[in-house]
Amino acid sequence: MSKNKIIIKRVIKYIKGYKIFVFTSLLFAAISVALTLYVPILIGNGIDYIIKKDQVDFEQIFLILRNIVILVGFTSVSQWIMNLCNNKVTYGVAKNVRDEAFFHLEKLPLKFVDSHEHGDIVSRIVADIDQFSDGLLMGFTQLFTGVLTILGTLIFMLSIQANIALVVVCITPISLVVASFIAKHTFSMFQKQSATRGEITSLITEMIGNQKVVQAFGYEEEVMKRFDDVNERLKEHSLKAVFYSSTTNPSTRFINGLVYTGVGIFGAISAMNGMITIGQITSFLSYANQYTKPFNEISGVVTELQNAIACAGRVFEFIDEQEETADFADAVNLEHSNGKVELKHVDFSYNQKIELIKDFNLSVEPGQRIAIVGPTGCGKSTIINLLMRFYDVDEGEIKVSGNDIRNITRRSLRENYGMVLQETWLKSGTIAENIAYGNPNASMNEIVEAAKQAYAHNFIKKMPQGYETVISEDGGNLSQGQKQLLCIARVMLRLPPILILDEATSSIDTRTEIKIQKAFHKMMKGRTSFVVAHRLSTIKEADIILVMKDGKIIEQGNHEYLLEKQGFYYELYHSQFAI
Amino acid sequence: MFRLFKYIKNYKKESILAPLFKFLEASFELLIPLVMVRIIDIGIKNRDIEYVKKMSIIMVILGIIGLLCSLVAQFFAAKAAVGFGSSIRRDLFQHIQSLSYNEIDKIGSSTMITRLTSDVNQIQTGFNLLLRLFLRSPCIVFGAMVMAFTINMKAAFVFVVTIPVISVFVLALMIISIPIYKKVQNKLDKVLLLTKENLAGVRVIRAFNRQKDESEAFESASSDLVKTQLMGGNISALLNPFTYVMINLAIVTLVWIGGKQVYKGIITQGEVVALVNYMSQILVELVKLAFLIIMLTKSLACGNRVNQLLQEEASVVDTAETKIIPKDGPSVEFKDVGFLYQGAKEEALSNLTFVANKGQTIGVIGGTGSGKSSLVNLIPRFYDVISGEVLVNGVNVKEYSLQQLRSKIGIVPQKAVLFRGTIRENMRWGKKDATDKEIWEALEIAQAKEIVELKDGGLDALVLQEGKNLSGGQRQRLTIARALVKKPEILILDDSSSALDYATDAKLRRAIQTISSNTTVFLVSQRAATIKNADKILVLDDGKIVGSGTHEQLILNCEVYQEICLSQLSKEEVQ
Repeated sequence: MSKNKIIIKRVIKYIKGYKIFVFTSLLFAAISVALTLYVPILIGNGIDYIIKKDQVDFEQIFLILRNIVILVGFTSVSQWIMNLCNNKVTYGVAKNVRDEAFFHLEKLPLKFVDSHEHGDIVSRIVADIDQFSDGLLMGFTQLFTGVLTILGTLIFMLSIQANIALVVVCITPISLVVASFIAKHTFSMFQKQSATRGEITSLITEMIGNQKVVQAFGYEEEVMKRFDDVNERLKEHSLKAVFYSSTTNPSTRFINGLVYTGVGIFGAISAMNGMITIGQITSFLSYANQYTKPFNEISGVVTELQNAIACAGRVFEFIDEQEETADFADAVNLEHSNGKVELKHVDFSYNQKIELIKDFNLSVEPGQRIAIVGPTGCGKSTIINLLMRFYDVDEGEIKVSGNDIRNITRRSLRENYGMVLQETWLKSGTIAENIAYGNPNASMNEIVEAAKQAYAHNFIKKMPQGYETVISEDGGNLSQGQKQLLCIARVMLRLPPILILDEATSSIDTRTEIKIQKAFHKMMKGRTSFVVAHRLSTIKEADIILVMKDGKIIEQGNHEYLLEKQGFYYELYHSQFAI
Repeated sequence: MFRLFKYIKNYKKESILAPLFKFLEASFELLIPLVMVRIIDIGIKNRDIEYVKKMSIIMVILGIIGLLCSLVAQFFAAKAAVGFGSSIRRDLFQHIQSLSYNEIDKIGSSTMITRLTSDVNQIQTGFNLLLRLFLRSPCIVFGAMVMAFTINMKAAFVFVVTIPVISVFVLALMIISIPIYKKVQNKLDKVLLLTKENLAGVRVIRAFNRQKDESEAFESASSDLVKTQLMGGNISALLNPFTYVMINLAIVTLVWIGGKQVYKGIITQGEVVALVNYMSQILVELVKLAFLIIMLTKSLACGNRVNQLLQEEASVVDTAETKIIPKDGPSVEFKDVGFLYQGAKEEALSNLTFVANKGQTIGVIGGTGSGKSSLVNLIPRFYDVISGEVLVNGVNVKEYSLQQLRSKIGIVPQKAVLFRGTIRENMRWGKKDATDKEIWEALEIAQAKEIVELKDGGLDALVLQEGKNLSGGQRQRLTIARALVKKPEILILDDSSSALDYATDAKLRRAIQTISSNTTVFLVSQRAATIKNADKILVLDDGKIVGSGTHEQLILNCEVYQEICLSQLSKEEVQ
């Protein structure tokens, strides 16, 4: 419960930003409730002027009716304004939370992003916040007016006839007891429901996201079976949650019926004793109805709110994830690196139990080409993670232009790198936008020029709308190699002092690759580059070839030297021609 | 839209009983004011306490019956709605699975995911409320009107005017807001897409220092969503105030007309009270109905989206389940095949003709975008050709059921994806009942044995969603093993050793050759060395076959092939 309280407190903090709207909403809620309650009195008064045949005071009735019409007008306007404010507050708060969650995502360490299921993060930022805003809206519209209505009716009833009012006051709370009894017993069912929902969302994200593989294996039936299994469970849990929670309403309505009957009896008796007029009974009955109604709604809202709080909790949990350590206040802004890179006694592992890189040393002079080769899983990509400072080293240090990279602002450090990764990522957007990703201000000419250098121009021209063709989610119809060409064009447009190519041309045909290499070569003059590759043709001309195995450099030198040495590199090099 | 209603079929009984019991409940509720009239008109007038008590007991009994009816109704409604929701979810999922690559490319997975989750949930909630309230509320409204007629014709006409006016307004509001809510869901798709994209592209975004721009893009998508939500919300917000005004105007008119009728001695004061009560009851119902209508409008918008997806026809149409008996013929044959991606200007493949015999290894090589993957994607019929035909075992692929066709083929796609579960479960994707022995064999051929051996738990080691806890090369080898477990007649390796070093790649090829006496292997690669020893090499350039034959033949007479080889191998090696 205390956890819920913390969540509620945080929600309130967000709401505080909309103070004006909340107060306006409250004000108009109060007005509309007061007027809504006052109108039945007037109607009752009106009816009191209708006594029987030939005894109807039309003048008085007219006056009363006129007042009613005016008040009703005010009420409806107040209601509308209140609704507008509520919408504004809820959707606004939801937006703030959503934006904050997303901004947070941009600051999370890679370690978090790499080790958490994307489906789950997506569902927190999208689905949970959506649910949260639904619940919040209901809370706002119904809780406010509900509480105010209860208070208001109470006052009005007391002012008409205290005795009968007491009857109402005594009976109604029973409905709350019933409601909270049901709520308590359904909460666990709701929890089960949302857990199962999470499960099914995760399965859907995984399978629909990789639909092509599923089809390739003709695995549809198996997947369907798994889906059915979760879906059946979801059905079961939902049925329970939905049914049991929906018993609240009839139960409380039944209690309201009792209240109504109670008022009827006491009203009748009082009327017989002449303590109350028939018009008053009418107003009273209608109050009794209005007084009990919010109890119904509040009990309904409570479940919604419970759900909203659970969702908010999940989002906050995400927002509370530790961010990347901030840049030091005195961090250097590395303007334009000369390209000198040093790694000294670097230790690193993703998982403390499994040692990966141990005492790694490397010194790269400005303008050198470094190639990293080695069997898969030997830690080549890890070196890049460290150079880019996606991960921080455990021990030792990495220096760029003589500065420890932890003392350089991340932004300026990364501005000095141009990176092409094996896993091509393109944004959904036009081809031109994608090429200009690293340099959004680039002109169309520059974009085309970069594409030409990356040998992407030809295929782009053939696309339906050329450079303006929108690439659909996940790259759509582009082949892996075409995607890589676009990623290369993206870097061509930036010309950074240090270039990192992690298997950047693995899916590109070798003829194009050689041309691209030449282009790179031209562009890399005087620039430092790190190239991870399997194709030894790609790396033959490197100044230093690092041969890695199990996180360590086992050989180091240029192509000729390493061949002569007849070591691991020699084996690797010859294996590529083996069958 | 009404297509979705077929899902009610299985819950016919519940869908009828729920509103019916609601209707009963409503009827009992309508009786209560009548009893009250009697208390006022007879009980109070005659000062008959006994009568008042009797009537009160009747009211309580009516209440209990109402409660029971309502509970029964809620149960059936919940059962029908939840069942309705899950069967839509199921069918939609199944439908998406039946879509072919063309539609998957076109629609994108983000929106499919929101439709399957958030939209279906919304429909379920909407349907539940519909069953619970939609019959009840109109029943109370019309019931109240009928009751009013039994009291006084003239006064009842107030009801006759008010109700249609409100109905028309409500309808208009719905018509206006359904498209808006649909837009809301579409904007939600966009938010989801950006979130997904930013997770997948986290490295590139940070490398290019675009976090701020991405955040801004997200914020603008988020603002856009809120704007549309507000538009919908503010329009829906008119509903309550409007009904409130209308009903109160009706009450005012009732009091006035009622007063006249009483003056003329046609009705009693108690009857005026009853009339006003009926009208108030309508108000209460309409307020509930307004809430329902807002929910329903959202649900309808979601229903539209789900329906749209359901109507999306798979471009590759599966044939009947009958088993085709393969004829004698080459394992795979292309006859003058042309292929075009949806929306593309130029053919991705044209005039392809070749034959691959059983047990042969076919190398496919060519420049980036020359159509290598497109070619192999036609064999398992991921796409349909636009001209010519593709034959497997002498039968056009269109004549097989997809199930039968794809069961023959093991494919290793470019993108190495594994699924959450144990390694064993992943390996069994190829063959449901594969034994550990078979799995180990496949792992060994795929050079993935040591990956598994080094994992805690071996075959029981857990793979995270999309295989995130494995490196690219490890994933690739496991996906190859997964295809091998199947022992397919046709094995397609679509550039699937790109993340492997040459030594591993060479070992892999050697291992695959040992098994391939009965397996036709398609090797798609950029590496000349990889395909050099294939029985037949197809050289693709710009969607056409520009050379076909063995390495020795091609090196002599195919210019493109020569260029490719010379770019990779030394002169001596080429010879």
